[in-house]
Amino acid sequence: MKLVLEPEQQELRSTVRKFLADRSPSAKVREAMASDRGYDARVWNQMAGLGVLGLVVPDELGGAGAGQVERAVVLEELGRVLTPSPFLASAVLATDALLALDDDAARTELLPRLATGELVGTVAVAEGGAGWDRQGGATTATARRGSWELAGTKTLVLTGDTADLVLVYARTPDGPGWFAVDADASGLTRRALTGLDPTRRLARLTFDATPARALASADPAAALDLVADLAAVALAAEQVGGLQRAMELTVDYAKVRVQFGRLIGSYQAVKHGCADMYSAWEHAVSVLRYAAWVADHDRAELPLAAALAQTYIGPAYFAAATGTVQYHGGVGYTWEHDAHLYYKRAKSSELLFGGPALHRTRLADRLGV
Amino acid sequence: MTLVDATQDYRSSVRAWLTAHAPGPAAGLTPDEQLRRAREFQAALYAAGYAGITWPTEVGGQGLGTAEQQVFSEEAAEFELPTYPFIIGMGMCGPTIVDLGTPEQKQRSLPKLLRGEEIWCQLFSEPGAGSDVASLQTRAVRDEDGWVVNGQKVWTTNAQWADYGALLARTDPDRPKHAGLTMFIVDMRDPGVTVRPLKDMSGRAPFNEVYFDDVRIPEDAVIGEVNRGWQAAVTMLGHERVSIGATRRPRSNPLEFASLVELARHEGVAAEPTQRERLAELYAHERALELFNARMRQEAAAGNPPGARGSVAKLAGALLLRRAIETASELGGADAVAWDPDDARAAELALGINSAPASSIAGGTNEVQRNIIGERILGLPKEPQVDRDLPFRELKIGTQRQGGVG
Ligand SMILES: Cc1cc2nc3c(=O)[nH]c(=O)nc-3n(C[C@H](O)[C@H](O)[C@H](O)COP(=O)(O)OP(=O)(O)OC[C@H]3O[C@@H](n4cnc5c(N)ncnc54)[C@H](O)[C@@H]3O)c2cc1C
Ligand SMILES: Cc1cc2nc3c(=O)[nH]c(=O)nc-3n(C[C@H](O)[C@H](O)[C@H](O)COP(=O)(O)OP(=O)(O)OC[C@H]3O[C@@H](n4cnc5c(N)ncnc54)[C@H](O)[C@@H]3O)c2cc1C
Repeated sequence: MKLVLEPEQQELRSTVRKFLADRSPSAKVREAMASDRGYDARVWNQMAGLGVLGLVVPDELGGAGAGQVERAVVLEELGRVLTPSPFLASAVLATDALLALDDDAARTELLPRLATGELVGTVAVAEGGAGWDRQGGATTATARRGSWELAGTKTLVLTGDTADLVLVYARTPDGPGWFAVDADASGLTRRALTGLDPTRRLARLTFDATPARALASADPAAALDLVADLAAVALAAEQVGGLQRAMELTVDYAKVRVQFGRLIGSYQAVKHGCADMYSAWEHAVSVLRYAAWVADHDRAELPLAAALAQTYIGPAYFAAATGTVQYHGGVGYTWEHDAHLYYKRAKSSELLFGGPALHRTRLADRLGV
Repeated sequence: MTLVDATQDYRSSVRAWLTAHAPGPAAGLTPDEQLRRAREFQAALYAAGYAGITWPTEVGGQGLGTAEQQVFSEEAAEFELPTYPFIIGMGMCGPTIVDLGTPEQKQRSLPKLLRGEEIWCQLFSEPGAGSDVASLQTRAVRDEDGWVVNGQKVWTTNAQWADYGALLARTDPDRPKHAGLTMFIVDMRDPGVTVRPLKDMSGRAPFNEVYFDDVRIPEDAVIGEVNRGWQAAVTMLGHERVSIGATRRPRSNPLEFASLVELARHEGVAAEPTQRERLAELYAHERALELFNARMRQEAAAGNPPGARGSVAKLAGALLLRRAIETASELGGADAVAWDPDDARAAELALGINSAPASSIAGGTNEVQRNIIGERILGLPKEPQVDRDLPFRELKIGTQRQGGVG
């Protein structure tokens, strides 16, 4: 098991970090989050140009043929600076779903376009309530004259208001299945939701006799499990990046802010809080490297590693971001300062794929407790 | 052969050797028998080439790297090895002599340590000087052919068995506190040394009070240089952190996740949702720490020593233990309150609960570890220091109103 990055992976990190420092500084993040689309399409296209959207896609399908460890590096960097982006929806969820299914035609047609960013994909599974229902929830897919129609409502769909392609998990009389729906399909209503985290766009999609293309899969529920576990690892990578940045902001501030004649970082109440953030970050990075390595090399252990990652890292990020607001005092409570953006991202991410209790329960299941 | 194959080979031989030579359970043995067994096992380790894995070959070590040490620690965690009497000598005093000792000191001490012939202790803490060990008051005064020591140490682990100790004493009270210390090798069998067992809160006596009454120490017993004892202490504390970090908790530890799952089953609460979540959370913290330690070892093997990050592992280990006793007591319920005198499982749990605080204090308290992380890793400003530059004799020490000596 490798818990340390290779030189090329570190190089990838510095490339992406430089790119984001240049194209996605705080002012740009705020501009993007307030825009209609919720992200900056130019930054998205430039990221495609860097070749980072198809890191886990094989060469012959237009990707980079790299792996989960590399993708996690990119996600860490995106999470560090809170860049609003369809990456999690398209380069993680939709890409992983197509790779997990057994539909060669869809793969050949869609994956190259996802990898170049010309097509933005997402996945629609959740219907509210905790977690993803392996049966497909209340959304139904019905066969009509050789094609399929969807009916029902999916929510918390990442980038769901603007994505070009939605991969929907729905129930059929013969069990759950995966379906591809075009953004402009008839009977599809998309409603952008107001999010706790303004840097992440989520939508509710309603299907009413919406035409859909069935995607071949030997075991749709197993594919769902795989997509969920890889998403947990990907989200953990974002969270680790955010945790690190939240810590750095706090430490930097504690070195310049003077109260009662002393730098506040010299007070142990603040210093020890920073030490706890650092400790959490070191542990979180270690868990992440393990989970990403497992995602590439040991799929049998992935369910355990994914549940571990969310159990440990989700709450650790929120605890750190709470400290970031706290140790900035009144400044940390203002809209102008970025502390609240980390706070909101951390809390929203902790709940995005089911809350901490669900992840702990899942971990217990997978440990055989 | 690749590096990975080589490590794999090493692992198989370590495992095979331990399986064949690890002694059985110690239960029922008298303390003397346990000590004899420990000495024999250390000698066997040496004979097999598993003592002093990273020590240089000139002094009887194996001259191998941290990778091998890591493999050995991992494999050793599968067994209940009687290495306790040698932990301080092998983990702290020995490596410090390797770093700073004279050729004569190395030849005199290290082979005997490796063969289990001598037990060592660390004589740093005093009633007035624990976290702030540089404020210690034990005096070493020059006389014609060496030094004369007077003073008191406390909480000295393993002093009841020790043949030698690494003693930190004040040699110049007119200098600031860090600049007037010297480290010595002291013969614990000297008639001027008195060792009194000190009972800890668990009822056992693993540590001691040690009194020095006109103890003469020869000139050649100085480790490092006179008045540079602080640098020697920092070297030793660095080895202490590594040693604590490298120690894998044995698999059979009653406060470990796997043991607690068993406890939950035994108590019939393993299916309760709250207890399952509690166990999962404990596992997450335990595993995160294991992975952090593994990551630091991989970095060390690649040439990045952990340095002050050892404090992160030390602190996390102590906090993990607190979390574990929280979980254990929730699972144990009434059985953690009172039990039949012959209930070994309950007694073991109680011992776990009652010895947990040690790990938050010994080897540097949690608060001190957080200071180290904040100041040395994150570069946060130190607190204003009132005593760093004053001559030691002008300072207030411990719970005294007025400090200073002689
Ligand atoms: C919602 C809101 C409403 C407010 N309304 C008013 C108002 O109506 N009128 C008004 O005058 N002010 C108001 N304030 C300001 C408020 O009183 C200050 O924000 C608060 O006293 C903290 O001061 P600070 O923001 O300068 O943070 P700082 O004092 O700079 O503190 C930064 C961090 O350092 C820590 N710290 C500072 N000194 C020490 C120390 N000695 N020991 C340990 N830790 C320390 C703090 O706890 C904090 O975590 C308001 C603030 C908020 C958030
Ligand atoms: C089981 C055990 C084994 C031991 N074995 C040995 C041994 O073999 N050899 C040896 O030399 N010593 C040994 N010790 C002693 C140990 O090193 C000290 O107990 C420890 O360093 C703390 O010192 P103290 O007990 O004097 O507490 P103090 O330093 O008096 O601390 C009291 C409290 O104040 C806090 N505190 C102190 N300074 C600060 C600060 N700057 N900032 C914030 N908080 C602070 C501490 O964290 C603690 O909570 C052992 C101790 C134990 C419990």
